[in-house]
Amino acid sequence: MAYSDKVIDHYNNPRNVGTLDKSSGQVGTGLVGAPECGDVMRLQIKVNPETQVIEDAKFKTFGCGSAIASSSLATEWVKGRTVDDALTIKNTDIVKELALPPVKIHCSVLAEDAIRAAIGDWKKKQGVTAPAAVEAVKG
Amino acid sequence: MSTTAVATNSNGNAQASVKLPIYMDNHATTPVDPRVLEAMLPYFTGRFGNAASRNHQFGWEAEQAVENAREQIAKLVGATSKEIIFTSGATESDNLAIKGVAEMYKEKGNHIITAATEHKAVLDTCKRLEKYGYRVTYLPVGADGLVNLDDLRRAIDDKTILVTIMYANNEIGVIQPIAEIGKLCHEKGVLFHSDAVQAIGKVPVNVIKDNIDLMSITAHKIYGPKGVGALYVRRKSPRVQITAQIDGGGHERGMRSGTLNVPGIVGLGKACALAMEEMPEESKRLAFLRDRLKSKLEQNLDEIHINGTMEHRLPGNLNMSFVYVEGESLLMGINDIAVSSGSACTSATLEPSYVLKALGLGDDVAHSSIRFGIGRFNTEAEVDYVADKIIDTVKKLRELSPLYEMVKEGIDLKKIQWATEGH
Ligand SMILES: Cc1ncc(COP(=O)(O)O)c(C=O)c1O
Ligand code: FES
Repeated sequence: MAYSDKVIDHYNNPRNVGTLDKSSGQVGTGLVGAPECGDVMRLQIKVNPETQVIEDAKFKTFGCGSAIASSSLATEWVKGRTVDDALTIKNTDIVKELALPPVKIHCSVLAEDAIRAAIGDWKKKQGVTAPAAVEAVKG
Repeated sequence: MSTTAVATNSNGNAQASVKLPIYMDNHATTPVDPRVLEAMLPYFTGRFGNAASRNHQFGWEAEQAVENAREQIAKLVGATSKEIIFTSGATESDNLAIKGVAEMYKEKGNHIITAATEHKAVLDTCKRLEKYGYRVTYLPVGADGLVNLDDLRRAIDDKTILVTIMYANNEIGVIQPIAEIGKLCHEKGVLFHSDAVQAIGKVPVNVIKDNIDLMSITAHKIYGPKGVGALYVRRKSPRVQITAQIDGGGHERGMRSGTLNVPGIVGLGKACALAMEEMPEESKRLAFLRDRLKSKLEQNLDEIHINGTMEHRLPGNLNMSFVYVEGESLLMGINDIAVSSGSACTSATLEPSYVLKALGLGDDVAHSSIRFGIGRFNTEAEVDYVADKIIDTVKKLRELSPLYEMVKEGIDLKKIQWATEGH
């Protein structure tokens, strides 16, 4: 299969590879997929509690080149956005940006799931440590 | 698209140069040996006759060439030339053997036994016969990839007419206990077919010693052309009969009609003759290269898994899982090397290899698998280049792998609640 130049670029130079401290109250971790399915993505965000802006994002992915590229792109896109704004990122945007073929759409779905799971985890933490903040997010 | 590169050893010193891309997928197909091509060429133009033309020199010449090839093939496998039927390849040979026996012996019984790891040409043929009322037993294999003789003995009943078990597997290269399987079949009065596509010319195959009644052969896996093959059909003790599946002019003693592919057949014959001459040396060289690749990978990478037994295996085959690295992403990183993977991501169906699953491996191990098929034209420098490139790419991808990180931290992946709906 031929890969688009953008997929190849992300594969060769993945952005934001790494690990954030998952025990930190500022960090949200999303772990999606399953080893049996051949794809597991972990996406982590670090959120500024004052501004709700995602200041840092890291990923690690077990999966095909398109899955690696989708998650690498997702970290680039969430950085600098507020949590709510990041939730508007759709897998179809990733498909378009990376020119993924139909068989690789589920790799982009996984990246969207990973963003949602990371934000969900972060929100849960705010619920425990600062209930008021959750209200603010909801409102 | 071809370039050259210099292979470096682990100290970074340049060794012999290699030409890129490197082809190391010789279970899929092989290039035509130049000596085979040379033998074939006259039969396209000057000696173009129809081997069935009985009354002129063009026909006689073609027939002579076909009979010569029949001899060459028979000799390689311990058969007589009358027992060789030409076909368009092993898919047809498998179909002809299985459907031909099923139809011919349907009064005797309707039960066929095969194994879970057979090639699709066998499995899908059996599936079709199931639709027509035949009963098929698919024997499991062990983690070594081999069928168990006791399982086979128990599966044979008074309705069994055919056992079809491949000689060597096309993915994991394991060699089945063919002679024992054949002996058991003969004791029970059941015919034995073997798809020997991957074994012929690579390891000694002898239809008498191996107790084989029908055997599929194809040219393109032994440095011959694509689209030509043969079926061995035993003529005595027992005399095997099959019902033709292609009707027409009654060629090949009525078993397979159609004008013979004379240049292709000449190529198949020549390929067998070369294999006969060179197999003893070649198999040693291939085993040396394979073992070199294996030990380099083992020395430089942890968490790798060899799929199937090493003890009974084709000399040029290595099937390895680089656990926590997904196969397609690995292939992407080694895109100047042609190998294949059992990962779901590389298949159109997004299903991992059924052969690896039959070994009882988790899907995650199948997703990480790479099949290396080392062949006649691979060199030591190529093997070194491939080993280095795999090592670098696996290391890089493991830096990216959340699973590898988790395992290194001592987390048991089996205890994690994965969301496995979806795919
Ligand atoms: C074990 C086995 N059987 C059958 C075949 C099919 O052979 P052919 O391509 O000649 O139809 C192959 C190769 O693809 C094979 O590896
Ligand atoms: S991770 Fe399997 S196709 Fe992308």
